[in-house]
Amino acid sequence: MGSLKHKIFGLLRRVGILLLVVWTVVSLVTLLIELVPGDPATAILGDQATPEQIAQFRSQHGLDRPPFFFSFPQDAEGARHFVWHGADNRYVDYWAALLRGDMGKSFRTNQPVRELILLRYPATIELALASLLIAVAIAIPLGVVAGSNRGTWIDNAASVAALIGISLPSFVIGPLLVYAFAVRLGWFAPTGSEEWSDIVLPAITLGAALSAILTRMVRSSVIEELGEDYVRTARAKGLSERKVVYKHVLKNGLIPVVTILGLQLGVLLAGAIITEKIFGWQGLGLLLIEDGIGKRDYRLVQGCVLVISVTYIVANSLTDMIYRWLDPRIRVS
Amino acid sequence: MNRLAIFGFIVVGILVFAAIFAPWIATQDITATNLGARYMPPSAAHWFGTDYVGRDVFARVVYGARISLRVGIVVVLVSSIVGTISGALAGYFGGWIDRIMSGYVFNVFLAFPGLLLAIALVAFLGAGLNKLILALCIIGWVGYARLIRGQVLKIREYDFVQAARALGAGDLRILFVHILPNAIQPLIVQASLGMAGAVLSEASLSFLGLGVPPPAPSWGVMIEDARGLDRLQAAPHVLIFPGIAIVLTVLAFNFIGDGLREYLDPRQRKR
Repeated sequence: MGSLKHKIFGLLRRVGILLLVVWTVVSLVTLLIELVPGDPATAILGDQATPEQIAQFRSQHGLDRPPFFFSFPQDAEGARHFVWHGADNRYVDYWAALLRGDMGKSFRTNQPVRELILLRYPATIELALASLLIAVAIAIPLGVVAGSNRGTWIDNAASVAALIGISLPSFVIGPLLVYAFAVRLGWFAPTGSEEWSDIVLPAITLGAALSAILTRMVRSSVIEELGEDYVRTARAKGLSERKVVYKHVLKNGLIPVVTILGLQLGVLLAGAIITEKIFGWQGLGLLLIEDGIGKRDYRLVQGCVLVISVTYIVANSLTDMIYRWLDPRIRVS
Repeated sequence: MNRLAIFGFIVVGILVFAAIFAPWIATQDITATNLGARYMPPSAAHWFGTDYVGRDVFARVVYGARISLRVGIVVVLVSSIVGTISGALAGYFGGWIDRIMSGYVFNVFLAFPGLLLAIALVAFLGAGLNKLILALCIIGWVGYARLIRGQVLKIREYDFVQAARALGAGDLRILFVHILPNAIQPLIVQASLGMAGAVLSEASLSFLGLGVPPPAPSWGVMIEDARGLDRLQAAPHVLIFPGIAIVLTVLAFNFIGDGLREYLDPRQRKR
């Protein structure tokens, strides 16, 4: 029973960290807006805006309210005094709205940020999953072949390929793929997300580094497992090397790989920002970069950063929890 | 020392040399445009060709080394110093500072995509080299703090530390004279890997338009400038040369880091 108690405690700890991260991210996006050089209202409305227009904009988006529980406003003589505002502030406003599922309205278009994000969210998830798939499809065969032929030229070639894959940033490999397969060969459209084939180049771009990391993992995992006693037993009872590798080694060797996969899903979501920009992929990252940061729509920036971070941390936590639940070594002890 | 690490040191040596002596190596102007000489292929006059407004790509790549190295060095220095001090204090004294560090800071900041945090910071602070450096330091110091805290916790229990205490050494003397010098090796490894990370992050953010603003020859900006469809068609080399520069630099620092780790920790050396 002690193990169950241990597990539940671990789960609660994980959930606690999750909440702590969400709290930090929300606090960060609500308070960072105070650091915007100048004023969001003038940034949106421009220098020609009348004071009435600015005042109207500020009250419409709640920017006229105090930013936090307390502040140190300057008085007429320039001195700063501590003022307590109580719960009547923008930090509480944002939280209260968020708990109702409301992320405010875009500074630019006045559309609800939640709708803008929901419109783009599926495209980003689609891209991340497609790159995960491509990474696995490349890494498992390559890693197994390299690991079971350790020290040969195949192994060395795979290791070099993996090394290059890890070191190639997406903003280098992406445009190169565009040049080769869109400009030169004309197989794919250079940008866009309409046709089913449009996902191929972005998915390879985003998945390249992951497939390299996974190849290394599968390789070392296979090498490690090949040294285990059960492999000797399997060989001794006359199984072919092929069967040993694919029926026994691969099954055990994939456990750590699966964990990395879940953890990497979050990394893919963050990396998608760059890939989406390269290919004009209409996902959350492009929304953040072009419509949010590019147009200084800070309400939208808040929403995008929040949703990407929370997805990232939830994906990581779920992987961790599932892994803990499944790993027999933890279950037995 | 393995061969890859030696390769890394050579690349970094060339890079440092290029950054210091850029005005003598690259005599072409890095911002002067010449619309008569756009999209020139590599030649004796323009080793790496020219870009879409006729700027010399070689000169821009050479000067780009200055930006990359400056960002890398400042970010690694500041975050390792801040991380070392906070990690050492947390590890040595424990108490509330350790509870905040290991309970909150490590869990939250290391559970968070660093690039996204940097993007968010720059989005609100505004783009620019100094703000980019600040953002990378804010996300960077936590890794050093965790490393040093772990080292201090381990070394604190060694006999020579007990001996120093028995001889009457004060806490700060024990921490800075006896413990930290013994934690320096993993710090150097981490710093080398951190250089690779900082160079890559600078290029990424500049590529996204959140780092060094355009006419400056940041490698990330050069790639963003070169990847438009008509530009790519006319002159792919404008993209390839800064791309190679980034990849080689990142590889070099990673090789050095891995090589040093192996060298300093004989248990990890290949048998």
